[in-house]
Amino acid sequence: MFFTYLRRELRNRRKQTVVVAIGLAVAIALVIVVNAVSTGVRNAQAEVLESVYGVGTDITVTQASEGPGEGGGPGRFDFGEGEGEAGEDGTRNLAQDRLSTAMGSTSFDAAALESVAGLDHVSGVAATLDLQNMSFSGEMPDFEAMQEGGGPVDLRMDADGSGEGSAGGSSFEIEQFTVTGVDPDAAAVGPLTTATVADGRTLAADDENVAVLDATYATQQELAVGDKITVGGEELEIVGTVTSTTGDDVATASDVYVPLATAQTLADLADQVTDVYVQVDSAENVDAVAAAIEGELPDASVSTQSDLAEGVTGSLSTASDLIGTLGTWLSIIVLAAAFGLAILFTVSGVNRRTRELGTLKAIGWSKGRVVGQVAGESVVQGLIGGVAGLAIGALAVWAINLAGITLSGGTSGGGFMMGGPGGGGGGGAMPAGGGQGAEGGGFGAARPGGLADAASSAVDVALQAPVSLWIVLAAVGLAVLGGLVAGVVGGQRAARLRPVEALRSLA
Amino acid sequence: MYQIDDLTKTYQQGKRVVRALKGVSLTIGDGELVAVQGPTGGGKSTLLQMLGGLDRPTSGTVKLDGTDLAGMSDAQLTAARAETIGFVFQNFNLIPTLTALENVETALVPAKVPRQTRTARALAALESVGLGDRGDHLPGELSGGQQQRVAIARALVKNPKVLLADEPTGNLDEETRDEIVDLIEGLWKEQGLTIVLVTHDSVVARRTPRRLRIAKGAVKDLTAA
Ligand SMILES: Nc1ncnc2c1ncn2[C@@H]1O[C@H](COP(=O)(O)OP(=O)(O)OP(=O)(O)O)[C@@H](O)[C@H]1O
Ligand SMILES: [Mg+2]
Repeated sequence: MFFTYLRRELRNRRKQTVVVAIGLAVAIALVIVVNAVSTGVRNAQAEVLESVYGVGTDITVTQASEGPGEGGGPGRFDFGEGEGEAGEDGTRNLAQDRLSTAMGSTSFDAAALESVAGLDHVSGVAATLDLQNMSFSGEMPDFEAMQEGGGPVDLRMDADGSGEGSAGGSSFEIEQFTVTGVDPDAAAVGPLTTATVADGRTLAADDENVAVLDATYATQQELAVGDKITVGGEELEIVGTVTSTTGDDVATASDVYVPLATAQTLADLADQVTDVYVQVDSAENVDAVAAAIEGELPDASVSTQSDLAEGVTGSLSTASDLIGTLGTWLSIIVLAAAFGLAILFTVSGVNRRTRELGTLKAIGWSKGRVVGQVAGESVVQGLIGGVAGLAIGALAVWAINLAGITLSGGTSGGGFMMGGPGGGGGGGAMPAGGGQGAEGGGFGAARPGGLADAASSAVDVALQAPVSLWIVLAAVGLAVLGGLVAGVVGGQRAARLRPVEALRSLA
Repeated sequence: MYQIDDLTKTYQQGKRVVRALKGVSLTIGDGELVAVQGPTGGGKSTLLQMLGGLDRPTSGTVKLDGTDLAGMSDAQLTAARAETIGFVFQNFNLIPTLTALENVETALVPAKVPRQTRTARALAALESVGLGDRGDHLPGELSGGQQQRVAIARALVKNPKVLLADEPTGNLDEETRDEIVDLIEGLWKEQGLTIVLVTHDSVVARRTPRRLRIAKGAVKDLTAA
């Protein structure tokens, strides 16, 4: 009788049932989508972190530069008077190659590696030297002539990070790529853990003056195994290319990898490193180890995975913020509205059925049975809503995954300066008067922020929003809870009904 | 069957106190068919509520088979309504979404009668009111008289000791009214039930062996004189 009666009631109140179920369904679908997308975004962040820092890295140790210019940011090319070949019209052909630490990061003594390795619970360490190679080649105008002619010269840079300028008789090219010196022995930790060999081989322990290229970068530059690449003025042989294991079309952390010792020599930074990657034996010790490293190396900035996640930038961080705040609040509001709707309809249903429910009490139905009947109806409404919401939510998530939304992200910590795709573009207008004061043409290529690494290090990750079993259960549970809450409120009303209501004349 | 002693019931209506029953004492014997008449607002329905354990008296006792309904717990009252007392209402009060047969079955739900027995007994009860072929009709598909027959079947399917009916013919035309009264009379004769029938209608009242009149909360036995 319980189910017969329940079914008949719900069918009879089809409209209310549908409205309540739809309300709950929308709320549930939203909860599922928000959860799935935020999980997807979190996974994407982890992917970005993995591709930058490598798998299994729990802590990274870097040292922030104390000020601009400190650590010799790569942005400056100084040409002495008379340098380069002078052209007929007074212009000069210049070429220079600079290899130095990236903006915002400083190298520090490799001895830090030993002190970190000596700490408790540290199961692996590796150090890298992250460098920036900038090469400048081109034709500079005769500054003396320019000053007479007057007017600033605009040099615009292209979005891909390589600048080309041609104005006032000058044309030059700035090319840059990232170089990471890695310790071939410490393969278990560090940025190369998420890279796999695409062609040739990876770096070996006794390698010297060779390079491994990111496959994407190699393709871009039309370089292959066996070719040469000039790093810090030295020609290195390319012995292999690597791709990221975290996803298709994901670039690895750096454009060029060289043995640590080679990097140190070329950059003239003997025994210096920029990043130390630390693996901790178990997750619960991460914070303790981080604190110990901070104690050991007071000048270093120590970041744990969760710190690093906060440092993820780009559209990924926007998505993460959006989902985190807007999505959560939206689901709470819609959920509350759906609950309210369910309660409202249940209570009004009970009010309309005063005489009916009173009659049941009058013919001997217990309070509990009447309440159970009313609550049962609401719970089933909730269940219908939950299942419908599940279907809608799953469909929406499926559509989102199918849409192939790519998020791009980089990290702002650890000495990386990354923008979204094209983030480095546009802003390259430089007044050519930058070096005017220096007689003979000191040309300060004051680097616009974000230009560095824009092309190479931002990682594009396709958003894959997963629907986990527990969220499915939680969502349906939430819908049933909504029904239950409505049922309890409506049931309480039904419980208070007295059997004499049966005798009331028609309402 | 009923031993009523100094029964009063007062209602609080705002600041006004309505005394619906003012010290009623009354005995109704086993197997009696009693009609209760009286002007509107006289207290007929109130008395029936007291007899049926739908509400509690303000003071006095209502003994049903020697047990005072006024002293029972809610659960005991519910059980008494489920087992001993059958109710028929002026507005039939069928559950609109349930079929005639299912409506009759609802009366057997508290007794936890197994499903098959329940259906069989409900069908038998429907047959006894002449509606054996209308079991699958919804109340909305039945005439007023038919609906009241279903309600009577629902009241009687559990074999109660008493049948309490509050104006069972109040919403019916004369012809149907006579049919229903015939039915109740027939069941009374057949089953030896105790029946208390509240009615406005003198035609109905005249057919019963005992008649009471309630006015202004006081009872007068019209047949005792
Ligand atoms: N729940 C209630 N609250 C307040 N007053 C009530 C309530 N129920 C009944 N009364 C009052 O008690 C008195 C008796 O009412 P009752 O319903 O018993 O009369 P009745 O004889 O059945 O009348 P009718 O023939 O109109 O059905 C009336 O004055 C009525 O207004
Ligand atoms: Mg009445």
